[in-house]
Amino acid sequence: MSERASEPWTPSERASEPSTPRSSEHIDLAPQRRKGTKGDVVLEVSGLDVTFPSEDGAVRAVRGVDYTLHRGEVLGIVGESGSGKSVTSMAVMRLLPTTAQVSGEVWFDGRDLLSLTENEMTRVRGSRIAMIFQDPMTSLNPVYTIGDQIAEAVRAHHDVSKAAALDRAVELLDKVRIPNAKERAGSFPHELSGGMRQRVVIAIAMANDPDVIIADEPTTALDVTVQAQIMDALAAAQDETGAAMVLITHDLGVIAGQADRVLVMYAGKLVEVGTAEDVFYTPRMPYTLGLLGSLPRLDQRSARLTPIPGSPPSVVNMPPGCPFGPRCPKHTARCDESEPELRPTTGPGHLAACHYAETLEGAAAGEVFETEVADHAALAALAEES
Amino acid sequence: MTAVQTQTLLSVRNIVKHFPIRSKGLLRRQIGAVQAVSDVSFDIAEGETLGLVGESGCGKSTTARVVLNLIPATSGEVLYKGRDLTTLGRADMRALRRELQIVFQDPYASLDPRLPVSEIIAEPLRIHGRYADGGKEQVRRLMQTVGLKPEHGNRYAHEFSGGQRQRIGIARALALRPKLLVLDEPVSALDVSIQAGVLNLLDELQAELGLSYLFVSHDLSVVRHIADRIAVMYLGQIVETGTSEQLFTAPAHPYTQALISAIPLPDPRKERARERIMVVGDLPSPANPPSGCRFRTRCPKFASELTSEQQTRCVEQPPELVERGQGHPVSCHYAERRSLL
Repeated sequence: MSERASEPWTPSERASEPSTPRSSEHIDLAPQRRKGTKGDVVLEVSGLDVTFPSEDGAVRAVRGVDYTLHRGEVLGIVGESGSGKSVTSMAVMRLLPTTAQVSGEVWFDGRDLLSLTENEMTRVRGSRIAMIFQDPMTSLNPVYTIGDQIAEAVRAHHDVSKAAALDRAVELLDKVRIPNAKERAGSFPHELSGGMRQRVVIAIAMANDPDVIIADEPTTALDVTVQAQIMDALAAAQDETGAAMVLITHDLGVIAGQADRVLVMYAGKLVEVGTAEDVFYTPRMPYTLGLLGSLPRLDQRSARLTPIPGSPPSVVNMPPGCPFGPRCPKHTARCDESEPELRPTTGPGHLAACHYAETLEGAAAGEVFETEVADHAALAALAEES
Repeated sequence: MTAVQTQTLLSVRNIVKHFPIRSKGLLRRQIGAVQAVSDVSFDIAEGETLGLVGESGCGKSTTARVVLNLIPATSGEVLYKGRDLTTLGRADMRALRRELQIVFQDPYASLDPRLPVSEIIAEPLRIHGRYADGGKEQVRRLMQTVGLKPEHGNRYAHEFSGGQRQRIGIARALALRPKLLVLDEPVSALDVSIQAGVLNLLDELQAELGLSYLFVSHDLSVVRHIADRIAVMYLGQIVETGTSEQLFTAPAHPYTQALISAIPLPDPRKERARERIMVVGDLPSPANPPSGCRFRTRCPKFASELTSEQQTRCVEQPPELVERGQGHPVSCHYAERRSLL
């Protein structure tokens, strides 16, 4: 659990910040406390590379990722399994195993997080940057009540009495809309449903009024009606703390509803960056177009989906050239020579890593990708027999 | 894709499945029952796809398994071409299994890791004594049909990606030329770009081979894409059923409405302009379902729109699944059509 700190926190160590009533019994965590104005850069990642050694060779899970996160913003990161979206955020939080080789810079509050000592980093985690994971059962401790766990998160970064921390815990449970918060604080994680547990995790993330909340597939393990409740609680958490949020998910619907800006990842790289509208309405990377075309839609009866042929490349010993090349209908010899860099397309903020981005203008997914899957000769023969 | 008026292939009548809850200790007396499926009925016509949707624990997978007689029903009938499967003996059932096949959700767990793929697909043919007569060629053709290279027949399941494995599962299910395929969450474990390929394949197979599908899924978008008709389940019961068009353009049950409104649309402008119908709380225990309407404990309509007199009816009287002037059957006393998309 990221919110757990091994070092006691004393207010004097926090000299770089405006003074706040850290040690008073009343925990005042008003959002305006240390939040700058909306639009300031709060987190800046540049040239982030993550490599894991393996028996088959180096696994380059993240390759040269750059992004900035602004105050109050929701930044969505989408990609399929293995695209590196989670590893990117784990690297930012420095939660990767020591075997991972991480390089690049992560600027937060005037410091490069990757160069901090472990003790310094512990003070950032949970207090300034909080993280919410996919599976709430594994991020909660089964042998402590949820009230105690939230209180522990509060006390890890604030010098307050146990009773005051518990009061704060109840207050937080109420904010994430857990009914009868006071009684519920005495429950153990196993006594709660998956949706309730995830709300407890959100409450822990809110506990220290963070500047950044990183939510990694926060609704993936949950049923749709509960998903909607959790997205609601997350929005409440963001309102309450004024934090910027990095929302990692494979669900394009969640991104469409929540994200201000979107990063699309493929094989460890950013392949498209833009506002939600840029990415959903005028995608300029064939992968994004294919992904959108492969989604069955609730609001319309789509005649044909456009599956993307093949599967994502192995990130071990990647060949040169565009990683999407082998699956791409726009593929030419030029794509194999060198990997296309992210470059501006429809506007300065809308970037895509494709030599042929402009050719996608006005193209529907069904025009670019093949939709037929079965081998029709074989299928006809099969039909004949039966 | 509206189904041509054809014969009913499968008719499920009032099936009930209770799993006993036993006491601890030596006696293990039965002290209760999980009412996984409570009085579910539906029909599937030839060449038609029925989507069975609901959230985890609603009994949709249990229903699918009861339909195939993989688990015995507590009561009720499953009529396939007029014969009741629940009363068939082993030998008769085995013969019928040729026509009723299933594709499971997890392509990692449902394929034998120790068999080469060609053997996995050949197994049903061998079991039913059809392999000797050109089985090898058939396996090649099946692999080709689902988009796999026949040369890869001697590889093992672990050498294939998730989408390819699911195609192996489909090829195996097709081997005996079934009439009905039960698809239990066949694409839930797959990434969207891969999922689309499997869905298109299922479309093409159905068009060419005239298969009927019972498509079980929690994902309404997928079900809308593939199903002709849909049945929505909640806590062991069907709460609303109709054509795909009826259900999505004019859902009348508060639960269906909540489900549809909870699913985010991959379209920023539309998604941000939508109204959400929030369901409160969590699923009640199927061992002790609420009296009257099973959805009332979480129903937004019950909570905020009904008078206490109207509520009494929800508490005391279980609503039947009947047509109530909505154009399709709904099990809500106060059903009202709404447009949500």
